[in-house]
Amino acid sequence: MVKTFACSFTATNLDARSGIASVVDRLRTLGIPAARADEVQIALTEAVNNVVEHAYPDAAPGDVRIKAELSPERLWISIQDAGAPYPNGQLPEGNPADVNVPVQNLPEGGFGWFLIRELANNVQYERSEGNNNLSLCFEIQVTSPSAGP
Amino acid sequence: MSLTTTMTGDAQIVKVNAERIDAAMAIQFKEDMRAETESGPDRVILDLSEVQFIDSSGLGAIVAAMKQLGSGRKLDLAGLTPMVEKVFRLTRMDTIFNLYSSLSEATAPASANS
Repeated sequence: MVKTFACSFTATNLDARSGIASVVDRLRTLGIPAARADEVQIALTEAVNNVVEHAYPDAAPGDVRIKAELSPERLWISIQDAGAPYPNGQLPEGNPADVNVPVQNLPEGGFGWFLIRELANNVQYERSEGNNNLSLCFEIQVTSPSAGP
Repeated sequence: MSLTTTMTGDAQIVKVNAERIDAAMAIQFKEDMRAETESGPDRVILDLSEVQFIDSSGLGAIVAAMKQLGSGRKLDLAGLTPMVEKVFRLTRMDTIFNLYSSLSEATAPASANS
């Protein structure tokens, strides 16, 4: 059985915070293990932060639409916005930050895509009809951990 | 955002009185940390035991807080909750900071470990 739900909010930091909290609360009530729900929250937060920071101009934040589709073994979350596309239509690679540097040279950002790619099992991006459509898939370890195709 | 400072022996303890350090408050956190730690002991212990969630903005703000201490001073982290610890571990930032499971562990005399 597949359960779906959706929500939308304005692309500001505070609206994103409460919107994401409502999505994650819902996932917990649907039985996603607590540790996995934490990971979904981290990845979803990073994805939405990117929309807030990069897709829309600060003075005119548009909407972020979230759809969740939960089947017994996996969760797909799609994040849609009508803001600027990713540069070159491509998602960042999300390489790990180099921590073997002097303290003063440590990175203060650029962790977001690394976290998303580390925590999601599959990431897809499509630009269509003026929208960014980002989909994150999370395997939910309830039964056997089956590998992807 | 609210920070509370206590002095103990040779260290300054800064407690974060917030459930999250996220994109909405990262800049404020960094500025408040600058104000709290402008002068003081070489060792600053950041008590994160109230913090249930951190994102990459919050992580960056903690890194910035360490960098603005300048050379010769250090920022240690205490009381990381599971989600916060996970973000530090995944990004390998756990190799940059000294992490203590609790404030009392962070302030225990070094000889207590032997």
